[in-house]
Amino acid sequence: MLDKELRSMIGDVKDGRMDRRAFIKRMAAVGLTAPMANQILAIGGVAMAQSPNPYPPTKRGGGGPLKLLWWQGPTLLNPHFATGTKDQDGSRLFYEPLASWDANGNLNPILAAEIPSVANGGLAADGKSVTWKIKPGVKWHDGKPLTADDFVFTWAYASDAATAAVSISTYADMTVEKVDGLTIRIQFKNPTPFWANAFVGAYGCVIPQHLFAEYKGAKSREAPSNLAPVGTGPYKFVEFKPGDLVRGQINPDYHMPNRPHFDTIEMKGGGDAVSAARAVIQTGEFDFAWNMQVEDDVLLRLEKGGKGKTIYAVGGDIEFIAINFTDPNTEVDGERSSMKTKHPLLSDPAVRQALALLVDRDAIRKAIYGRAGRATANYLNGPEKFVSKNTSWEFNIDKASKMLEDAGWKAGADGIREKGGKKLKLLYQTSINGPRQKTQAIVKQACQKAGIEVELKSVVASVFFSSDVANPDTYSKFYSDIEEFQIPMTQPDPALHMRRYISANVATKENKWQGQNFPRYVNKDYDAAIAAAETETDPVKRAALYIKCNDLLWKDTVFIPVLHRLKVEAASNTLRPAISGWANETDNIQDWYREA
Amino acid sequence: MSQYVLRRLLIAIPSLLGISLVLFVVLALAPGDPFSDLATNPNVPPEVALALRAKFGLDDPVYLRYLHWLSAMAHGDWGFSFVSRMDVDQLILQRLPTTLYVIGSAQLLALLVAIPVGVYAATKPYSLFDQIANTLAFVGFSLPTFFTGILFILIFSVRLDWLPFVYSTDIDATGIRWVLEMIRQAIMPVMVLGLFQAASMTRFVRSAMLDVIRLDYVTTARAKGLGQAKVIVKHVMRNAMIPVVTLIALQMPAVFGGAIVTEQIFRIPGIGSLLISSILANDTPVVMAVTFVFACLVVLFNLIADVLYGWLDPRISFR
Repeated sequence: MLDKELRSMIGDVKDGRMDRRAFIKRMAAVGLTAPMANQILAIGGVAMAQSPNPYPPTKRGGGGPLKLLWWQGPTLLNPHFATGTKDQDGSRLFYEPLASWDANGNLNPILAAEIPSVANGGLAADGKSVTWKIKPGVKWHDGKPLTADDFVFTWAYASDAATAAVSISTYADMTVEKVDGLTIRIQFKNPTPFWANAFVGAYGCVIPQHLFAEYKGAKSREAPSNLAPVGTGPYKFVEFKPGDLVRGQINPDYHMPNRPHFDTIEMKGGGDAVSAARAVIQTGEFDFAWNMQVEDDVLLRLEKGGKGKTIYAVGGDIEFIAINFTDPNTEVDGERSSMKTKHPLLSDPAVRQALALLVDRDAIRKAIYGRAGRATANYLNGPEKFVSKNTSWEFNIDKASKMLEDAGWKAGADGIREKGGKKLKLLYQTSINGPRQKTQAIVKQACQKAGIEVELKSVVASVFFSSDVANPDTYSKFYSDIEEFQIPMTQPDPALHMRRYISANVATKENKWQGQNFPRYVNKDYDAAIAAAETETDPVKRAALYIKCNDLLWKDTVFIPVLHRLKVEAASNTLRPAISGWANETDNIQDWYREA
Repeated sequence: MSQYVLRRLLIAIPSLLGISLVLFVVLALAPGDPFSDLATNPNVPPEVALALRAKFGLDDPVYLRYLHWLSAMAHGDWGFSFVSRMDVDQLILQRLPTTLYVIGSAQLLALLVAIPVGVYAATKPYSLFDQIANTLAFVGFSLPTFFTGILFILIFSVRLDWLPFVYSTDIDATGIRWVLEMIRQAIMPVMVLGLFQAASMTRFVRSAMLDVIRLDYVTTARAKGLGQAKVIVKHVMRNAMIPVVTLIALQMPAVFGGAIVTEQIFRIPGIGSLLISSILANDTPVVMAVTFVFACLVVLFNLIADVLYGWLDPRISFR
């Protein structure tokens, strides 16, 4: 879509010549859908739509208990220490951010009086500051009022390196100042197109200054409130047993009308995903279970005549096979997969492309992931605005064989192709995980037919995903030729997701393999596009830059996307949870209710 | 005897030190680290993960960490969980009551089944009762608890809908209803675990009884005209119980240590599930504390077993 055309349409919406819905519909027609059309409008100067209110209860409480089952229970309740979604989910019952993302990618105000926009003066035209107005009259659970000071404090707390907060990168590169008692201004160093990060979503929860002031920095672990949160949320803290149970009761002074619906809330932890699915879908012992990493046939079987069902939320999580651009079998200065080496087989683009042709996404989706996955050629799968239309994938063994043949890889006596004395043998690693290992088997079989020998390896997840410097089996060391896992996209903006693969981020011995560019992909064009996108405030140009990045990853076959994965949850038939693919499961917990 | 107990306790100190050293080194050498979640999260810059490692002393050499742990332990400081950032003793105390209740009940059930069945079977060897008891015992200890556990869930929860299969530490009731609910939710795990234990223990009691029942003094006692019940209880059982006491005493630490598999299946928040989740999360301070407590209990119950020997058989002297 032409830049000018878009601009005139935004102008039409602004002046009331076109309504928002028509705009969003037309965006959809050209491939951009609701979430980002809304962001375009916001940055283009039109206030974001307050999402329609689907919440029918007409009074606070009366919904009885809400029983949640998390097969990994929360182990701590400070959102700024949360080492995983389970902790964020548990903290979020009590603490709140200014706003959260709903299923359509709209920002929903929670503690904010309104969503900032250019029109209401919230967004600076130069993209370097955001002003948030805080809803008046909100009280902490202990009765003290919520003020701008609490937000300024939360920023200072989280950005202090000595606190060792996991939210530090959200808050480090900005300053937050108090404008008046109920207004804060966030100042960015550079123009920041994705302004809705601080105080939004999982790491956005505000904590009370009056309880944490003494525990900022080095003393952060000693705060009593780490274990007994006092927030502003719909439920008040009652009890916490790490890994086992979080309990809350209704907050009678909650700041949203008629909310929350449930009188008590309980989040039980432990066990495994299959029995969690059973407790919700089949027996109805619980109302909701999180993250159903269960094969689709099992879920379908449980759903027959059960008391619950599975529900799906679309985000941007991607399951992929990554390709190693360096040589894992040669050691240089005590380091394998060193940047000083080149992969003897995979540095040949023909081999990488042939491999991409050998992954049967359709079969994998049908046989393993079922309703929880969508076949894709893209690394970046959402929001819609950022999804490339230039890519395609196919499964074609003959084409792959021909490609290898043409590139000089001839089949040897054992049927394995070779060239210049190097045999096409690959080590394919992944984490121990049923669906993943089945995928390995499917890919291996196709490779065999094309004359590539694949050796399979699986590593226990707690080792594979660890940052342990001493262990050779981590995904970031990547001491194998190809590897498969999933990277979750944690926010409806691709900046963090795509930034991983710039050259400065290569995982090496020097940075203790903490760099996130584990394929060791180096491309100047990619680096330049990411750098440009990070300060580009024009949403259309910015989207184009990220699409370009995605296309570079596709063209160079850095990743072979296997599936765009959806979030799968189990809910009782009467529960109406508000789930978004762009937020944590409990991020809109105040809107959950049960149908009578 | 008090001198004997004191001496044994003193001997226990070096062995516990040795055990703690081995545990510590093994845990330090084990792969994985507690901040793996941070490594895959693009929101968390590597500096934070590295700073956390440094702050929690994970980058110090092993001997330094061990000495640090030892001196803290001597002061009664058990360390804190990396994952929960909470004190380890608090974490264990939270879990202990549940473990004692569920696993203790299972052990009690095992004893209540095993001793009478084993004794009765031994008095009438190869009778119909003995054969049925033997067969059931074989079946019982051949079936692992993860199998029987799931079988029970499928029958009693899913099909019949009689019992809940998620154990809740927080029952929304008071008074007699609370007690009934507590019993109701413990039935399945206690049965699964108790019957499994009972099966092997029955075999053990039976063979211990058979060893003694054929001895000459038993025949003498019978010849003197003592009644069958008196012979069995006073003469046979007292001697046959010596090996049984050892077995039970050595199983007592398991009561405190929880049953990892059963706790996972029924989501019982006990020490066993704490241990397994801590191992999976590489939360070394918790793993260290739980396994060390376990080691202490083994040493303690060994001592108790030795003292009980002397009471059961006065010929065993304490020297």
